[in-house]
Order: sequence, then C-alpha cells, then structure tokens
Amino acid sequence: MIVPLDEAVRELVRDGDTVALEGFTHLIPVAAGHEIIRQGRRDLTLVRMTPDVVYDQMIGAGCARRLVFSWGGNPGVGSLHRFRDAIQNGWPHPLEIEEHSHAGMANRYVAGASGLPFAVLRGYVGTDLVDRTPTIAPITCPFTGERLTAVPALNPDVTIVHAQRADRAGNVQLWGITGVQKEAVLAARRSLVTVEEVVDGLEPVPGQVVLPARVVTAVAEVPGGARPSYAHGYYARDNEAYRAWDAVSRDRDAFAEWLRTDIHGGAPATREEEPTW
Amino acid sequence: MVTATGYTADEIMTVTAARSLTSDTACFVGIGLPSTAANLARRTHAPGLWMVYESGTLGAEPDTLPLSIGDGVLAETADAVVSVPEVFNYWLQPGRIDVGFLGAAQIDRYANINTTVVGDYTDPEVRLPGAGGAPEIAASCGEVVVIVRQSRRTFVESVDFVTSVGHAGGPGGRERLGLRGRGPTRVITDLGVLEPDPATRELTLVSVHPGTSLDDVRAATGWDLAAAPDLRTTEPPTDGELAVLRSLTGR
Repeated sequence: MIVPLDEAVRELVRDGDTVALEGFTHLIPVAAGHEIIRQGRRDLTLVRMTPDVVYDQMIGAGCARRLVFSWGGNPGVGSLHRFRDAIQNGWPHPLEIEEHSHAGMANRYVAGASGLPFAVLRGYVGTDLVDRTPTIAPITCPFTGERLTAVPALNPDVTIVHAQRADRAGNVQLWGITGVQKEAVLAARRSLVTVEEVVDGLEPVPGQVVLPARVVTAVAEVPGGARPSYAHGYYARDNEAYRAWDAVSRDRDAFAEWLRTDIHGGAPATREEEPTW
Repeated sequence: MVTATGYTADEIMTVTAARSLTSDTACFVGIGLPSTAANLARRTHAPGLWMVYESGTLGAEPDTLPLSIGDGVLAETADAVVSVPEVFNYWLQPGRIDVGFLGAAQIDRYANINTTVVGDYTDPEVRLPGAGGAPEIAASCGEVVVIVRQSRRTFVESVDFVTSVGHAGGPGGRERLGLRGRGPTRVITDLGVLEPDPATRELTLVSVHPGTSLDDVRAATGWDLAAAPDLRTTEPPTDGELAVLRSLTGR
C-alpha cells in the first residue's frame, strides 16, 4: 500500500496505458510525472484537463502518443512549447489530440466515477469542437425534448494525484482546491497517490476530501512532490519556476539539457527494463 | 508606454473593463487581463463583486493578483471552495453567474472567439492553449464582456476556429443554437469599446479612448468596422483608479 514512488510507477504505469495526472493548479503530481519520464514509459494516452508544465515535460520526453485535454498552457505565462512543437512539428514524435472544454472533461470524469457510459451537459453547441472531436455528440432529452450534448465517460487505466496526507492504512486526505481529483481517482482502474506525509491519524480539516483506502491502489510519500505547484498548508506555488520554464520549453537543446540534469541526474538517459510484475 | 496622458493603452483598457462590472455582479473571471480588471473593480467602485474562478473558488477576495486561476490566495479568501464539476454544473450551467469575463486570441465581427488554433486545425500555424472553461462561460453566463488588445491579427473577418460562440452568424444566431445567455455585450480594447448593434449584432465602435481616432481603430480591424452615430470618447482613468491598478500590477 505505502511504497516508494519508483516502485509504484513501475508497477502501476505501463507502456500504452491511459494515464491521468490530475490537479487543478494545486496539488499537481509533478514528481510522479518525472518518475514516468525517468522510467522511459512510451505510447501513453495522457489525460488531463489542464496539461501544464509537467505534461509539457512528459510530451517533450516522448512519453505520450495521444493527449486528451481541455486547456494546454502555462497558466499566467503563455504557451507550452514542447506541446506546441509536438503538434506543429511532430517533435519528438507526432501527438494525437482529443480536445474538449473544461465542463466536458469534468463531466466525463463524473460519468466515469459514476459507472455510467456518458454524461450530459449544456455545452459545445455552435463551437467548432463539435466537428473536430468525435467524443462530442448531440443528444435529445427523453423527457423535455431539449437538445443537449453527450460526452463519453473517462476511465483511465491509472489516475495519479498528489495529496497532503495519508494514514498508514492508505486513506488519503486533501484540501484547498481539490479540482477533479476525487472523480478522476474513482473513474480509474488503478490509482496512485503521492502525499506530503504519511501520518498515524488524519485530523479533520475544513473542506477536505477523503479518498478511502479501498479506492487507492498505492500511496507514495513524496514531500514536495507537487512542486512547482503547491500544497495548501505545506508550501506556496513557485510562480517564478513557471515563468522560468518558458525559456527551457522554447528550445529543444535547453529542454534536452533539463532532461539530462533534472530528470536523469546528469547521467545519460537509459530506458529501464520492462516491469516483470 | 506611458503617453503624455499619464497612462498606458493597457491601463485605460483595464480601467474601462473594470467599470463595466458592478458591485452586485457575480462574475466568472478568466486569468490575465480579465482577472486584473475584475480585481481592480472590486477594489474601487464594486466592493461587492462576487468573483468566481474555474478552479472552484467562489467569492474569492485575493489581496494580490493571482498568476493562475488556482493560486492559494484564491482558496484562502473564498466564501466556498467547490470541486471543478460543481463549479461548472451547479454554478455556471444553471445561469447563476451574471457576467463572464473572457480574453481572446481572435475575435470576429459577431464576437465569436478563437483560443484554439491560428491556421488549419490539423496543421496549425500556432497552436493555442484551447477552450478551457470559455465555451460554457460564453454560453451560460447572463452576458459576456471581452477584453482584448486590438489589431488586424486579433480582429479578423472570420475566426480560424470557433472556440466560444458570440453572436454566431448574426441576428437570432444564439437563439437558434439554444444558448441561454445574452452573449458578448461589450468588447473592450486598448483603442476603444465595441458593442453589438441591436439589429445586426455586428460589433460596432461606441467609444474611442482619448487620442485615438476612428481611423486608427478601423486600421486595427480586419472588417469594415461600423461606428455608432454618437461615437463617444472614453472617460480617462482617474488618479485613484490608476493608483489601485498599479498597486495590483506592481508598476
């Protein structure tokens, strides 16, 4: 249940998986994303409402074949240039995209968590997303005849989130802006939660979300695991790091150097063996 | 650039946008220029402005400008922090938010907004961040205010991608699509203010900022821009508004 991060990623994330790392600005599981890069995972379908810096890094490192998302940018700073380079120039290889709105993605997770095949919302009508995204379809209300929009459930093979605390039994507690993490975990076949700390007992906190241990496959204790995003009550968002990412992201060589030093600790990048269990 | 008037084009844009918000308004706030303008309004003439960010922070009262829509200061100061499905399904979708405050990468004469791609979707010249919350904000808020710098690059005859619907193809366009909100009622730029003509729904210049001419605005617009017969000059920012704005932006 409580395992080291590298072991958890090795066991739970497989080449070709559909993987959701969620966190709406707050509690982004950055360290887990870096571990996925370090272990050289390939052909992933990456799902996330707001792919930001960590997805830019995973895409630039070649982990992703496909991206399902609703807003891909560096919040308050600008564009993600590894994401752009993949879409505009196919570098390091082409990236398929499946593009939604936030309301659509949130409802897709809700359907996934609810055991339903699709969700209904008022959305997308009149936009060009309808023509470009096959997972957006019109539907008529059987009771009122109103024309609405349907989107299919999202059920990731694995969802990864970061939280403030877990207890030793693997019950997870998060608070502050909790985004879509509960739905993303409940929608997934497997889940990994990185936490700031493992404690003996979970003191209640106002506005908390608790994920009972039975829906959490593994917990890894990773203090600072959400940096440069933040963990409410632990550390603040490192806005300067988001600004600084822009220059690294713009340049393939600077990005390669970042991979070498920040991910592979200065050692040449090698691909780990396939997991055997 | 600060001109002889003592304020920049961005500053009069932000101040003018802030003035379109009132104290009894619930406002869905996008990050960047909309957030700066909404925070300015709350600190000046609209102390009761209820700011909602898509991160689920309802009634946020940040003491500094957030860089992202989910900065910690928003959660710490909010009346309530709700999940992302809740903010869209329970708050935005039923029409509980009066004003949606949006930016744009491209906007056309009917105030349709593109934040997705410049160029062809499958082979874009520039891949932009995408939709985020904007399509449903544009559909479901009581009305929409757009804040965007004006140039021929942004004010185009036809947007490359309709990310968020404005007045669709013209009169009756929103009604035919079944969109509940009134759509864009005002577009505020660094040159002036545009509003949809009541009959044609086409964006029409109603106000120019001091020192800007109608020809200047037309030169920065990619369609044959109409001007209101009683074209006004925007009231310049007051010293008080500028002081608060500069305390927010740190200049």
